[in-house]
Amino acid sequence: MEFVLVQILNGISYGLLLFMLSSGLTLVFSLMGVLNFAHASFYMLGAYFAYQVSAKIGFWPALVIAPVLVGTIGMLVERWGLRTVHRYGHVAELLFTFGLAYLIEEAVHLVWGRVAVEYRVPPDLDGPLFTIFTSQYPIYRGFMMLVAVAMLVSIWLALTRTRIGLVIQAALTHPQTVEALGHNVPRVFMLVFGGGAALAGLAGVIGGNAFVTEPGMAAAVGPIIFVIVVVGGMGSLAGAFIASILIGCMQTFAVALDWGFAGITISQAAPVLPYLLMVLLLIFRPRGLMGTREG
Amino acid sequence: MKYQPLNLGRWLLWGATAAVFVIAPLVFTDSFALTMLTQMGAFIIFALSYNMLLGQGGMLSFGHAVYSGLGAYITVHALNLVGKGSFYIPVPLLPIVGGFAGLVFGVLFGYVTTKRAGTTFALISLGIGEMVFACVLMFPGFFGGEAGVSTNRVVGRAFLGLTFGPAVQVYYLVAFWCFACMAAMFALTQTPLGRMANAVRDNPERAEFVGYNTQHVRFLQLVLSSFFAGISGGLSCINFEIVSAENVSAIRSGGVLLATFIGGVPFFFGPIVGAIVFIFFVVALSGFTKAWLLYLGLFFLLMVLYVPGGIASLVLMQIPVIRARRFGELVWPYCLAAGASFVALAGLVGMVEMVYHLSDVSGGTQMALAGVGFDARSGLPWLVFAALLAAGLVALRYASHFVGARWGAIQHDLLARGP
Repeated sequence: MEFVLVQILNGISYGLLLFMLSSGLTLVFSLMGVLNFAHASFYMLGAYFAYQVSAKIGFWPALVIAPVLVGTIGMLVERWGLRTVHRYGHVAELLFTFGLAYLIEEAVHLVWGRVAVEYRVPPDLDGPLFTIFTSQYPIYRGFMMLVAVAMLVSIWLALTRTRIGLVIQAALTHPQTVEALGHNVPRVFMLVFGGGAALAGLAGVIGGNAFVTEPGMAAAVGPIIFVIVVVGGMGSLAGAFIASILIGCMQTFAVALDWGFAGITISQAAPVLPYLLMVLLLIFRPRGLMGTREG
Repeated sequence: MKYQPLNLGRWLLWGATAAVFVIAPLVFTDSFALTMLTQMGAFIIFALSYNMLLGQGGMLSFGHAVYSGLGAYITVHALNLVGKGSFYIPVPLLPIVGGFAGLVFGVLFGYVTTKRAGTTFALISLGIGEMVFACVLMFPGFFGGEAGVSTNRVVGRAFLGLTFGPAVQVYYLVAFWCFACMAAMFALTQTPLGRMANAVRDNPERAEFVGYNTQHVRFLQLVLSSFFAGISGGLSCINFEIVSAENVSAIRSGGVLLATFIGGVPFFFGPIVGAIVFIFFVVALSGFTKAWLLYLGLFFLLMVLYVPGGIASLVLMQIPVIRARRFGELVWPYCLAAGASFVALAGLVGMVEMVYHLSDVSGGTQMALAGVGFDARSGLPWLVFAALLAAGLVALRYASHFVGARWGAIQHDLLARGP
């Protein structure tokens, strides 16, 4: 009982972190048709910027400054890179972001070196939040959940209750009409891309110290969020949410279990599970959990 | 039977390619060049098989190393069994084992991946790649864990007097397979399947209207492509005598994508050029500088942004101009652009190397580039390199306008004259 509760809480906090990443990816994909391969690299940049800023000024300013910096980089990338390759089609855009992911990883090697940096949980948030039976639940996990939920609510409000949100929603389906009504759709694209990057950056700020900040972190989390996008159904925010929580819980449970089967324990098989889920889903439900379009 | 004229140019081209394969080790005799040539041969097959997906079938795969890597694992076990005397296959025929292994895994995974096309295919191929990589680390009994499985290629009776101990024999083995696979893959582009793959790439909807199942065409194309990838894996297993998890990793899948794109996706011979350039980057440049991946990534990004047809398209663009005997007008602008790029590159390389040198804690701040020693912490070298970079970029901007103007004038005249 105690084990199940703790694991569920851990799974949800990890799943929410995954959703912070996959929501930006899904938004950018459904708006621009661009699958941003460098999305996980923005997550990594967020963690490294937060490390640098929190070493100089402190964690709380970093929580704001790092996502803003990452968002600015995202906007620059969209303005000076993606817009240029847009005329060559979606494959060229995908390849561009793929090359960018390479470049960001190498740049991180260049500036911060190849080993993990010491990005720690701030002392105010270090310690137990409450106790379930005998095990203590850390404050920081609760803080992660709080930030993620606050971010999700504010995105939802921004998308449905503000003017720019309505323009974004309209541009999702009818970009030509929105342009004819006098809105600058390329600028909307730039803002959305930058916003997606900033979300990834924020996830990096709060995920970087909960896990580990190292040059391999983008390559570790990148494939998982792509799996989430496929499992949830391409372009579906609700699907991405369900898939994030599902995979988050699945991973945390699998790592902790050591039931054996054919000489392999479940915890050993944990890295394979999300991909197995994806393969099974593709065989039985090719459009994903909540996907609407085929092909 | 339709009458077809003998395509003399094509025979000459293939003859010349075969001649290059034979002569290359006689020209580049030292052992370093020979290892590089051998690796290039195996990678050419890999890149060409990748282009069967990306260039001919329109499938952007992020997990192609799965097929070459698993082919290599099966080959290494077959070679070890031959060494134990369980059964006998001559070493030169072993790549076929890798090829069939690749084919089997192509059937297995291709059934899932080719259900979807476009971006989703790309994501699923990435997922399959990660899954196989995780599995390789999960079953150390078969895959040898991180260290991999090692072998010895000098086994059994000598085949026609060849033991494959000396590197030059391995080179000729790879060259033979490379040439055979090149010919086979070119022949495949001329078959109905090859043509249908192009149709499915360009307009899947119309291909379905004509009566073809696009999923089936993609599946067949992927299976054939994984067969050739498996052959390339088998060859690299014979060459290195070790197969490790790196062979199926995302790094290798990304590498073949980079190589193919840099060479030129729209052309059959593009990946050949790309493989040669890529192996040069990996083997030669990585010996000189730790920042080679950065340069490779930057090169790739510039190609995506400005030359989507790759190096091959740059070369082919010149042919009509040369035919019209007007290449002379372009020589001077090209030289100018090359000079400007060289200056900009020098500035960039200098700055990148200094940053790397400073981030490397073990060494001091003293360093040397092109025979000139200086202190990376002092301001002067930074100023010099930044000035070089800025001057190079400004000159490049000017030169590209110059090239564009001349190029536009020539194209205008060529169009006016008619075909």
